[in-house]
Amino acid sequence: MAQKKIGKQTIQFSSVPVITSAAAVVGPMEGQGPLGDKYDMVCEDTLVGERTWEMAEQKMMQYSMELALEKRGLLAGDLDFYLAGDLLNQIICANFTARFLNTPFLGLYGACSTMAEGLCLAGILLEGGFAERIGVSASSHHDTAERQYRSPTELGTQRPMTAQWTVTGSGSCVVERLGEGIKLTHATVGKIKDLGVSNSNDMGSAMAPAAFDTIKTHLQDLGRKVEDYDLIITGDLGLYGHTLLKELMQKEGYSTEKLNDCGILVYDPKQDTHSGGSGCGCSAVVLTAHLLEKMQKGAYRRILFIGTGALLSPLSVYQGETIPCIAHGVVLET
Amino acid sequence: MEMLIRAFLLGGLICVIGQLIMDLTPFNITPGHILVGYVTSGAVLSALGLYQPLVDWGGAGATVPLSGFGHSLAQGAMRGVDSKGLLGAIGGGLEATAIGVAAAIVFGLIAATFFQPKA
Amino acid sequence: MDEELIRQNIRQREELIKQNILLAEQELTKLQQEMQKEHQKVLLWESRATGAEKEHFQGLRKEIERQQQRISLPQQIEYQSTALLLAPQTTIVKNVLMAFFVGGTICLTGQVIMNAFLQAGLSKLEAGGSTSALLIFLGAFLTGLGYYDELGKIAGAGSIVPITGFANSIVSSAMEFKREGFVYGVGARLFTVAGPVLVYGTMVSMLVGLIYYFLR
Repeated sequence: MAQKKIGKQTIQFSSVPVITSAAAVVGPMEGQGPLGDKYDMVCEDTLVGERTWEMAEQKMMQYSMELALEKRGLLAGDLDFYLAGDLLNQIICANFTARFLNTPFLGLYGACSTMAEGLCLAGILLEGGFAERIGVSASSHHDTAERQYRSPTELGTQRPMTAQWTVTGSGSCVVERLGEGIKLTHATVGKIKDLGVSNSNDMGSAMAPAAFDTIKTHLQDLGRKVEDYDLIITGDLGLYGHTLLKELMQKEGYSTEKLNDCGILVYDPKQDTHSGGSGCGCSAVVLTAHLLEKMQKGAYRRILFIGTGALLSPLSVYQGETIPCIAHGVVLET
Repeated sequence: MEMLIRAFLLGGLICVIGQLIMDLTPFNITPGHILVGYVTSGAVLSALGLYQPLVDWGGAGATVPLSGFGHSLAQGAMRGVDSKGLLGAIGGGLEATAIGVAAAIVFGLIAATFFQPKA
Repeated sequence: MDEELIRQNIRQREELIKQNILLAEQELTKLQQEMQKEHQKVLLWESRATGAEKEHFQGLRKEIERQQQRISLPQQIEYQSTALLLAPQTTIVKNVLMAFFVGGTICLTGQVIMNAFLQAGLSKLEAGGSTSALLIFLGAFLTGLGYYDELGKIAGAGSIVPITGFANSIVSSAMEFKREGFVYGVGARLFTVAGPVLVYGTMVSMLVGLIYYFLR
């Protein structure tokens, strides 16, 4: 019998792995946002001195991992495994970063839930005694996402109010079996939830049911209540998706006052992003630059971090498919 | 002068139709669909003789929007039939709009060479 | 589990689906698991059968698949109507006013250019063609400088519908895909956005031509 699995979808990390270091590298727009001074590095422009945006995103992911390693006094060679993912086809950004780091590499695709997925898998590898130190990265870039999923950057289209702005940024963590830092105590692996939304300019309403399903299952698995957490924060539901999640939770009697969303925190309303931020980088940079710091300062003792991902492809919507979504939860404690 | 005002009014109105369609229809009606609609309806109206009055009244207000492009295509096809018969039916439309298409291609290449897409 | 039991289950579920009621999460999960079990069984029978028997099982499998698709529809519809009620408002009035103003201005500019060409002595047809070319150049230039997308954000249809928008769609594609080289990037992807307009425009013009030819 699987002793470390609790309930239907939750895993317990009794050896309690620790996030010992983290770093975030972002683009100029994020640097102008509410969390602007928290990031380790704010790039002057979205090209970061490279020829293409894809190369720029790769550099950002690489720098964020290097900074996380440097802050902990480690080198890439000290990592047992590297887990990373991004939004691009074949996760090329992660692939090229892994090439640079030259570490045993496991690529991940969870769309915007990649950071949570990475932390969950890192926890599993460390708990099982398969590694001492693991690097986890997730990144996204507004322009690489636009040209792959939507339209050329200079095209004059109007975005609807439900649309979100893909964060240009990358967050990385070093997670270790032993050490000082924020503890990883549990993870809940999500199931795909698809309630028939097929508008790729409205990820929020596509992902909200998945977030709700994972939160509900997590609480049921562990026999906990919303009140047991100081913060339940979703990755990138955005303003609209967050409103919908609150509606879904309230309908079934869950309190929503501890609920927040990284997509809402990362941009200021004046930046006119419509429904807030999205992308793998969204939850990654808010976690690494902001949430971990707040926990270290004692503002939160226990948080539930829910990475939410919309698992569509650039073609699936044209083929008439709906958008399947997933949400993974990890519990972080001081 | 009066022509300028009419061009402004007619052009604005034709664009408003597109904006209303964009805002009031479900998301699967994209700008791409709307533009195809403009071109084809411009061509059809033109063939039925209903677009020329708009051009006569509003000038550029009718020729500048994409429905005007459809109008050129249809008129070109009919002129082609008049001068070349069946082959004119096939090539006439593109012949009339060739300048526009070629200009767009060439300017596109020039812009690609000299400009960078910005964030 | 035998075929008779499966058919019985299918009939029972059909009754339930026809009622179009919103099922509780647990009941829905139970039914979905039941269908998954049956689907697997039937799939195995189908894979091991041949000829008419294979087709027989294929029909059964497709019945289950149709039910799988339909069973969660009430839940989806309920969620989507909730989502619609809470959706952010589109600023329709502002959008329409901006579209009118910008679209009108671009057409006005076109008229000014047209008048200038006519005064310079060009024929009506020549002036028309030249005006189009100049407007396309302006649209291309503004796209190159990076201003056309800023305009499009505010103007919506006002900048998409005029011929400058056509130029914008071609030029923005050209600029964007330059990074994949001039043959496979620019060359191949120039018409990703403008393509449908040319394809269907050409088709309609040819139909018009053919109909005109035969009606004459």
